Amino acid sequence: MTGTIPLQYFLIISTLMFFSGIFGFLTRKNLITMLMSIELILNSVNINFVAFNRYLYPDNLHGHFFTLIVIAVAAAEAAVAIAIIINIYRNFRSIEVDKVDEMKF
Amino acid sequence: MTDYTYTLLIPLIPLALFLFTGLTGHKFKPVVSGLIGTTGLFVVTILSYMTAIRYFWTDHVEGMGYTSLKAFETTWIHFSDKLTVNLGVLIDPISVMMLIVVSTVSFMVHIYSLGYMKGEVGFARFFSFLSLFTFSMMGLVLATNIFQMYIFWELVGVSSFLLIGFYYTKPSAVSASKKAFIVTRFADLGFLIGILMLSFMTDTFDFQTLVSPTGPAITQVGGAAFLGLSGITWALILVFMGGAGKSAMFPLHIWLPDAMEGPTPVSALIHAATMVVAGVYLVARLFPVYSLAAPDALHVVAWVGGFSSLFAAIIACTQTDIKRVLAYSTMSQIGYMMLALGVSGYGGHDGLGFMAGNFHLFTHAMFKALLFLGAGAIIHAVHSNDMKDMGGLRKYMPITHITFLIACLTIAGIPFLSGFFSKDEILTAAFHHNMPLFIIEFAVAGLTAFYMFRLYFSIFWGKETHYHHTPHEAPATMTIPLLILAFGSIFAGYLPFHELVTSDGMPFEAHIEYAVAIPSVLIGLLGIAIATIMYRKQTEIPQRLATGFGYFYNWAYHKFYMDEVYLFVTKKIIFNYISRPVAWFDRHIVDGFMNLIARVIERSAYLIKGFQSGRIQQYGFVFVSGTIALVIIFIYLW
Amino acid sequence: MNSEILFFLLAGMILVFSILTVTTRRILRAAVYLLFVLVSTAGLYFMLNYNFLAAVQLTVYAGGIVVLIIFSILLTSHISERAKMAGKFQGVMSALAVVAGATLTLITILNYSFPAKSLNEVPSDVKSIGRALVSYNENGYALPFEVVSILLLAAMIGAIIVARKEKTADKNIK
Repeated sequence: MTGTIPLQYFLIISTLMFFSGIFGFLTRKNLITMLMSIELILNSVNINFVAFNRYLYPDNLHGHFFTLIVIAVAAAEAAVAIAIIINIYRNFRSIEVDKVDEMKF
Repeated sequence: MTDYTYTLLIPLIPLALFLFTGLTGHKFKPVVSGLIGTTGLFVVTILSYMTAIRYFWTDHVEGMGYTSLKAFETTWIHFSDKLTVNLGVLIDPISVMMLIVVSTVSFMVHIYSLGYMKGEVGFARFFSFLSLFTFSMMGLVLATNIFQMYIFWELVGVSSFLLIGFYYTKPSAVSASKKAFIVTRFADLGFLIGILMLSFMTDTFDFQTLVSPTGPAITQVGGAAFLGLSGITWALILVFMGGAGKSAMFPLHIWLPDAMEGPTPVSALIHAATMVVAGVYLVARLFPVYSLAAPDALHVVAWVGGFSSLFAAIIACTQTDIKRVLAYSTMSQIGYMMLALGVSGYGGHDGLGFMAGNFHLFTHAMFKALLFLGAGAIIHAVHSNDMKDMGGLRKYMPITHITFLIACLTIAGIPFLSGFFSKDEILTAAFHHNMPLFIIEFAVAGLTAFYMFRLYFSIFWGKETHYHHTPHEAPATMTIPLLILAFGSIFAGYLPFHELVTSDGMPFEAHIEYAVAIPSVLIGLLGIAIATIMYRKQTEIPQRLATGFGYFYNWAYHKFYMDEVYLFVTKKIIFNYISRPVAWFDRHIVDGFMNLIARVIERSAYLIKGFQSGRIQQYGFVFVSGTIALVIIFIYLW
Repeated sequence: MNSEILFFLLAGMILVFSILTVTTRRILRAAVYLLFVLVSTAGLYFMLNYNFLAAVQLTVYAGGIVVLIIFSILLTSHISERAKMAGKFQGVMSALAVVAGATLTLITILNYSFPAKSLNEVPSDVKSIGRALVSYNENGYALPFEVVSILLLAAMIGAIIVARKEKTADKNIK
């Protein structure tokens, strides 16, 4: 199905996705958008795993299963993160990352 | 050889009582814990008497000496094959004698306390402490090695501390208990160093090995000489320092008069009959070592004892607090015992002093406990310690009066009462071995008779004092112990001590030496006579005599300013010239260095704390750019 | 040829929506753009012939996580709200760092020749995947599977406890 598409193409896509995730993480103030940026980052990593698995080591399924596990971890992380965000919202009436700095110093 | 393993119960029963009444005392009515404690002590007393009868008579083969035997021994701490700390039960003549003393007096005091302490706050606590004390004292007496003795020695000190401070709401009781504890602890430091030196030189803690005439302590006398005395002499002098602290010998006596702040039964048990003679017991226990290896140390014992007895007797003549008079009298009598041990030789008739010291310990326990318990009954009736508040009590308290009189006669050395026999043996021993000390003791015998009858007449005769309410005789729980102890005071002298308790275990012939006995009885009668003239009726003589002696009277009244000397040495000299520079060094150099470190760290923390902004995006930015920089450096530039 | 067209289509979607996700000012739209990115990624997995993985991506990511995110957005902000962006300085600096990082990574990828192998492909149908998940031999994944299930349980309990309203806290607020 992949035909003549070289591996590098997948890597380029995932790189761009990764860095847009980083950019979002560094510039967005809203905690939920920051969480979404992290999902982007995780997703780009998944693409890499799958692509490497398919192109370089098609004789086993390590990358495939690693991706499965990362998805599960991402789901757990999202659930806990959202619970924390809701708790923060309850205490601060805001989910702006700059306002949540009680713990500094 | 008969099995004496059951003697293990003698210390263990009081321990169980202590734990039981101490932990569950608040659950019952107070009197229940009192009765439990008294019943337990009754069992202990029975066991002690049984042991004594079996050891001295039933199991004893005629003509053989008394040997010491270990009824029980177990290793408590195993440091190495050579160094172990054992716990056990040692049975020999003096330990069996002490069993009788401790159990009898303790049992009497338990019964007495049922009446005396009735209605007091902390009744159950009092009885649990009494049990703790009995346990520790039994452990001390039965110790198989000097280290076990030291452990129980400290336990005894703790229970003494607890009982002196029994009325812990009273500031004077609190400071008295602290004083007793600190002074005896200071003395115990010497004891501990002595133990370590002794065991270092002999490789053993065990008493049987130490005192055996062929053992390492006696045969290998050598060792480092210091100031002209051998190492073992120094060790024994240090051990005696511990004994002197516990037995209130000059100059470590200052805690004993203040210890009278405790309840009177405690004074009778701990500060008259049992704990304070622990020092005597210690010297007696190590006597062969003292006598054969370090006669110089024994001289120290004799002179400290002799001086203390004179010193205390003089002070006792001037005090007005009846318990303090008795306290100084105790100190004086213990001085007698120390002196007796000090002038004694080893073996046969030479060991007369050893026998006499132990004999006097035994009889003294009886009559001094009686005196204290009688004083307790009087205080119970009059609600005062001061003899100025007393007088003419013989009409109101007949039983107390008679028993007190018996005790006074006994301590004064009137013939056919127990005190006469034991004191006479001491004087005889001193007469044969050390003339100056004999003269001192001879004077002290007169002084003793004088101050005891001064006390007696001031309380029971003298002026007719007006009381707030008519004094009444003490209840039966208090008078019965008085009667039993009076019986003991009269007849304890007829025990054949020279056959039972001797320095080498072999019996010897002892007889009354009239050249000593008659003058000593006469001087005792003289003392009584002077006291009768001065105090039988209210007269002007004591006042005039006091002014006549002037400065000397004032000195004695203020206990020769010993407390002030101690305060001067500690407060003025040690605090000012040692403690203060040390404190300065600690505060400015040691603390200063630590503060400097802390301040430097604090300053640098202030400098860098801005980096911890708490803004995650800043962190993320630094992380990402740092990673990029590392990638550039390590992949493309390296 | 068809596959190339499909790939470029998916790649374009991924790129555009990724950037939109992190730049739009409306949070709800960002979530929807994220959904598109995830769905396109699932398409990539299909192309790579990992059908089960693609299905999981769709159900867990698109179906689960995005819905969760949308719920929390609705709980915490107004739909009409415009999200605040970082200050200009921070934005420019981040953009610089990101561009530098991306450039660096792309150069590295393009300069490296990945040695392609033509080995026997293992089947990746649901049956063999299920067998691999519970077997513990050379190509079995029983241990990670168990670990992940415990992690999920812990995360579930943790999320409930963290998000639960505390009674005492309630009293304090009143």
